[in-house]
Amino acid sequence: MASVSTNQFKQGLKFILDGDPCNILENELVKPGKGQAFNRVKFRNLKTGRVNERTFKSGDSVESADVMEIELEYSYTDGEFWYFMDPETFEQHAADATAIEDCKKWLKEQYVYTVTQWNGSPLLVTAPNFVNLTVTDTDPGLKGDTAGTGGKPATLETGAVVRVPLFMNIGELLRIDTRSGEYVERAKV
Amino acid sequence: MDVNWQPSSEVETLKRRAQYIADVRLFFAERGVWEAETPILSQAAPTAPYLDSFTTDYIPIGSQSKQRHYLQTSPEFAMKRLLAAGSGSIYQIARVFRNGEQSKKHSPEFTMLEWYRPELTLFQLIDEVNALLQNVFKFEPIVRLSYRSVFEFFFKINVLTCSDADIKHCALGRINSLADDFETDRDGWLELLMSYAIEPKLAALNLPLFIYDFPASQAQLAKIKLDQQGNAVADRFELYINGVELANGYKELLDADELRQRFESDNQQRKEQGKAEVQIDENLLAAMQSGLPECSGVAIGLDRLLMLALEKSAINQVNSFSFEHS
Repeated sequence: MASVSTNQFKQGLKFILDGDPCNILENELVKPGKGQAFNRVKFRNLKTGRVNERTFKSGDSVESADVMEIELEYSYTDGEFWYFMDPETFEQHAADATAIEDCKKWLKEQYVYTVTQWNGSPLLVTAPNFVNLTVTDTDPGLKGDTAGTGGKPATLETGAVVRVPLFMNIGELLRIDTRSGEYVERAKV
Repeated sequence: MDVNWQPSSEVETLKRRAQYIADVRLFFAERGVWEAETPILSQAAPTAPYLDSFTTDYIPIGSQSKQRHYLQTSPEFAMKRLLAAGSGSIYQIARVFRNGEQSKKHSPEFTMLEWYRPELTLFQLIDEVNALLQNVFKFEPIVRLSYRSVFEFFFKINVLTCSDADIKHCALGRINSLADDFETDRDGWLELLMSYAIEPKLAALNLPLFIYDFPASQAQLAKIKLDQQGNAVADRFELYINGVELANGYKELLDADELRQRFESDNQQRKEQGKAEVQIDENLLAAMQSGLPECSGVAIGLDRLLMLALEKSAINQVNSFSFEHS
């Protein structure tokens, strides 16, 4: 495995820490006057998604991680794996439950997802910022209320539950911001 | 090459910088301290294990022979030769160079304000730094604390007498980003505690803080003395403003033999770390042998001081051009 020295640390560098692939978010040199130099690194653990900090002695090396991000189209699930397809080569990639955990409620066929691959297999699937999803269940609409105060819960076709204005009905297509999990507007068809 | 011809600082900031530097010169002129100029290139360099000089080669015209020279990391050695020659009080505003050091608060090339006062004790020199900070840069009056009392206040340990294991335990307990198997030496642990656990707290204190009486192992080129409790300490100080390390002052070591020993022990450490040994400055040692007057000296990172005075968050914002676009 290739190793990478602290002097090559920069934002976006992928490396292995305690067996997990990590992505550097910030790298800061800590160097008191004539004292030892350290690298203070803020990173995201790509397996758990957690952000953490680690201090290295400047000049130390870590193992580099063979991590790539590719854009794949979601196809279907057999309950055990979720299958994504490369739209150009039609190659199928199977992601397990852990990889799709965060975006499971935004998975819809034919949408393109960012798949982070580690050693060739999907590690993490990230939803696009916006998806359009149909309301499958919600309390009946209240015609009079258009101010959008309060709102009500609505279940979407993927199983996700979001707060929507009171006038929304079953069958309507909504634009959802997957980062905040919030309803944005009625989708334009 | 990443092209960007624009200055890294606003032109208005650079004009204010120029005014501050003119005021610094006036401050010293009024005190009878004269402005010395010394070579930037030297055949020798400091040996400090964690201070790396840039090197370059002098090649006489028509010759193939290369003569190694170092770019100064501070004008200290040459200024001490002037002091030994009877210069009296001198100051210098010099560009200095430190290889490998780059961050928001570090630039591989920066400006140092350094001065030496044969008449002053270390505490009198601290008072003079305080006068400069207040009169020229309009900072609040200073606070002085011993290194021991700072560590006692924050961590309830006596840093001069406790064991290496106690310091390691304290650092691993306070600094979450250290792996459990992290290893370094006593000074390494102390520096980590200072950088990670103390400096952020000092940032909240809006006053210039002088920390004095450092552990003897961090004496550098300062004298070693006994403190009030009878512990050996380095007779030096550091200045922090808003958690930024700004200045390093010494009651200067005068003993040439002891300095040679420190240089050699530094070079030994460099060797153990796989670093190149540094040519010891025999001219400095000869000057000290002939007699360096009792004196106190201080070096201030002028760019960092300007960064704080002009309320900028990065050293590049007070320099005309950053190292990346030099």
